Amino acid sequence: MTYLIKPKLHHPGLPANARGFTRRDYEGKISTLCAGCGHDSISAAIIQACWEMDIEPHRVAKLSGIGCSSKTPDYFLGNSHGFNTVHGRMPSVLTGANLANRSLLYLGVSGDGDSASIGLGQFAHLMRRGVNMVYMLENNGVYGLTKGQFSATADKGSASKKGLANADSPIDTVSLALLMGATFVARSFSGDKGQLVPIIKAAIGHTGAAFIDVVSPCVAFNNHSGSTKSYDYVRAHNEAVNRVDFIQSQDEITADYAPGASVDVPQHDGTVIRLRKAHPEYDPTDKVAAMNYIQQHQALGEVVTGLLYLDSDASDLHRNLNTVQAPLNSLTERELCPGPAMLDKINASLR
Amino acid sequence: MKPIAAVNDFVVKFANVNGSGSASANELFAKAILRMGVPVSPRNIFPSNIQGLPTWYEVRVSEEGWVGRRGGVDLLVAMNPQTWDSDLKELETGGYLFYDNSKPLPRSKFRDDIIVIGIPLTELCNATYDDPRQRQLFKNIIYIGALSILLEIDEDAIAQLIAEQYKGKEKLLTPNLNALKMGRDYAREHLMHPLGIKVRRSNNVGDKIFVDGNSAAALGCVYGGATVCAWYPITPSSSLAEAFQRYCGKYRVDPDTGENRYAIVQAEDEIAAVGVVVGAGWNGARAFTATSGPGVSLMTEFLGLAYFAEIPITIINVQRGGPSTGMPTRTQQADLLACAYASHGDTKHILLFPEDPYECFEHAAAALDLADRLQTPVFVMTDLDIGMNQRLSAPFKWDASRTYDRGKVMTHDMLDAGKDFGRYLDVDGDGIPFRTYPGTHPTKGGYFTRGTTKNARATYSEAGPDYLYNMQRLLQKFDSAKRLVPQPILRKAAKPARCGVIYYGSTSPAMAEAIGELDHLGLYVDTLRVQAFPFSDAVTDFIADHEEVFVVEQNRDGQLRTLIVNELGIDPARVVPVLHYDGTPITARFITHEIAEIMHAMHVDTLKPGKVA
Repeated sequence: MTYLIKPKLHHPGLPANARGFTRRDYEGKISTLCAGCGHDSISAAIIQACWEMDIEPHRVAKLSGIGCSSKTPDYFLGNSHGFNTVHGRMPSVLTGANLANRSLLYLGVSGDGDSASIGLGQFAHLMRRGVNMVYMLENNGVYGLTKGQFSATADKGSASKKGLANADSPIDTVSLALLMGATFVARSFSGDKGQLVPIIKAAIGHTGAAFIDVVSPCVAFNNHSGSTKSYDYVRAHNEAVNRVDFIQSQDEITADYAPGASVDVPQHDGTVIRLRKAHPEYDPTDKVAAMNYIQQHQALGEVVTGLLYLDSDASDLHRNLNTVQAPLNSLTERELCPGPAMLDKINASLR
Repeated sequence: MKPIAAVNDFVVKFANVNGSGSASANELFAKAILRMGVPVSPRNIFPSNIQGLPTWYEVRVSEEGWVGRRGGVDLLVAMNPQTWDSDLKELETGGYLFYDNSKPLPRSKFRDDIIVIGIPLTELCNATYDDPRQRQLFKNIIYIGALSILLEIDEDAIAQLIAEQYKGKEKLLTPNLNALKMGRDYAREHLMHPLGIKVRRSNNVGDKIFVDGNSAAALGCVYGGATVCAWYPITPSSSLAEAFQRYCGKYRVDPDTGENRYAIVQAEDEIAAVGVVVGAGWNGARAFTATSGPGVSLMTEFLGLAYFAEIPITIINVQRGGPSTGMPTRTQQADLLACAYASHGDTKHILLFPEDPYECFEHAAAALDLADRLQTPVFVMTDLDIGMNQRLSAPFKWDASRTYDRGKVMTHDMLDAGKDFGRYLDVDGDGIPFRTYPGTHPTKGGYFTRGTTKNARATYSEAGPDYLYNMQRLLQKFDSAKRLVPQPILRKAAKPARCGVIYYGSTSPAMAEAIGELDHLGLYVDTLRVQAFPFSDAVTDFIADHEEVFVVEQNRDGQLRTLIVNELGIDPARVVPVLHYDGTPITARFITHEIAEIMHAMHVDTLKPGKVA
């Protein structure tokens, strides 16, 4: 379907958000991925989240690595600047972009090959640095674009489409992100838009490194029985610890829940993340307990989803580096160049 | 045996153990001579190690101002028993050996054709200091004191330098001055002085500054407007990023808020370092990384991306000896080919060749402009010899009216005014397209950047004509670069010359001196100092104008020569390699000898009056 140009026409009754944009204004080029690919659902969730949050599309920078998932930034937010970088290196490029202009919203899209194999180092170091961004890992356990090799997130013992069993231990990107210092860690499922959209919104609202691992089945190469990343398997084993409501202003808080059934976590910018608890004992602000819980339940074959960890008092790279509020790319000679008189002084000190 | 006699023209070599605190004492020695108005050029020769291995500090004193390495040693300060034998061999006949005679050495350890000066440094220290670290540190100052008597170096010059160093730390000042005095007193009372070699106050330093190339390049990045620096520690480039940090701390902090107008990231590796720089360059900030050969090897994938996606980045390559880990603490010019053609596919990159710290400053600032103007990676190809040694060079200059050339950036207003934007569209015939910074305009000027093939409007396209359009345009852009980069510098010989010499970078000081020596031999050569790749037409013309052209460089394979042959279509027989690559800086003696030998074999002699060539 790639030869089709997406029609600009849309239904005149499409609702507009506070910025006057319809959902169509957040779309991109038509997807070239396989019909039924989980990644397309994630693109749709990103579009929905940005539209609901009244984000100006051109104030988003979307960056990716290489692979099926990394192609998707072309399929949403068509008026945003995008950068399809090199394999596994989106984190460093995004870090540099973020340093150059802190006023944009940074969305990094990656896959399990991109983030857990070739780019494992950059993934880890980005979390350590706390780059203010949303990191979406579209996780299907397989190399789709090269036709079906195991990726590093494939579970031990799970089978490839050709029937081979995976002998290597899987890398759990959620646990790794927690260990490395990510301040917002979530896991969701491309087949559960109701869970995913609010998580994306909450991640966008978070200041710091927000990581979302989205299990996103590959319909072409990893959707068979024996796979632990298939639609059927994830639906059967999805263990959501909570549901997220992202509340942008205080006065919108209307719904009432039974005491103890929900918890409101206020954010720096005045927004509130409301967590409706599915597992009453799960506390997403306790990192050690979260890691423990995730490990225990994954050992049982469950796919633990929800907002798994949140540090609502997180710092970010700019704060750590104490950079000026103005974007660095907007500074001029006046702010940057110490000038000839100072150079004379420097020369004098070198004699 | 006649002792060497020379005023303001000799070489002193200090042989030390690294980690013993000798570096700052030796620097004190060099600077004291500078303060007497006599040019010096010191060189650190150090191991890839922190403590315990041999290290040398070679100071060339030259009234005439030659700053290249001369070769040979006139005074050896032998403080390292490990290297005693080989150090002694380097000493010229009639030279001076200065050593610690606290423990007696067998006669066989000395040479008959040198003058031996013993001083019981260890004994003096042990008698004065209890603390072992003090014994070690002050030993260095004591020998500087003794040398100052032997060479007639002004006590005031040294004392003032010590005072400047310990300003505000008076506790340290007095003991240092005492140690200096102890050395001077001992030498005055017990040693024959002065030696045949000595320093006499002069006035030949002028307004020159004494600085290392890495600091100079870092300052060039500050002046040139770099706001993002990402790097990974690697010898010999680490001190460049550290100097940038230091200068930014002084000159780039908002005085009102205390916030930084810069961001520095020490990355997890060179791949991430250049990735950060690519991201920042893409987003409109001036960004650079400093590295050395092994780092460039790791960066090559990103360099291809920056070339093909047309992203401005600056890479300062402080070259060291290769290949592989090679000689991490020795100098070479051996990364030219790796940088010029870095990455897979058809790629070409711009290289600048600074000759000294002054040009490290100039070229670093110029590289940031060129990268923005040409939207491509620009390498500043310095090396360990320039980068890590303090060198006398012209003072830095900055024109108050100078502005940054941000290149072709389409603004919000230009887009609103209806200006046509095609990210990879050649609108001016120079191969350079317009770009927009991300976030510029709500509906116009957005585009998708990728390392894959695309059409002139940045839409993915595998169509042959679209690919060819961009690849041809990139060549056109590279051609445009020829006129924008620093141009070659031609020097004509005093008499018409049939031979020419092409050289670049840190070879300059040795070459400058060799020209004089060749003149003395009646061998006249024109010279062309190349400052950048791609080559301007002046390089082709220079080769055409000479029968034989020597290309002098510090690598095994004649890498600049290869670029000349390859890019200018020059017959390889017309360019003769003169190569020095043992890791030590090239010397005038070497160049003179090599060129003289070939020219004599060619029977290129001075034209006799009345004879026709």
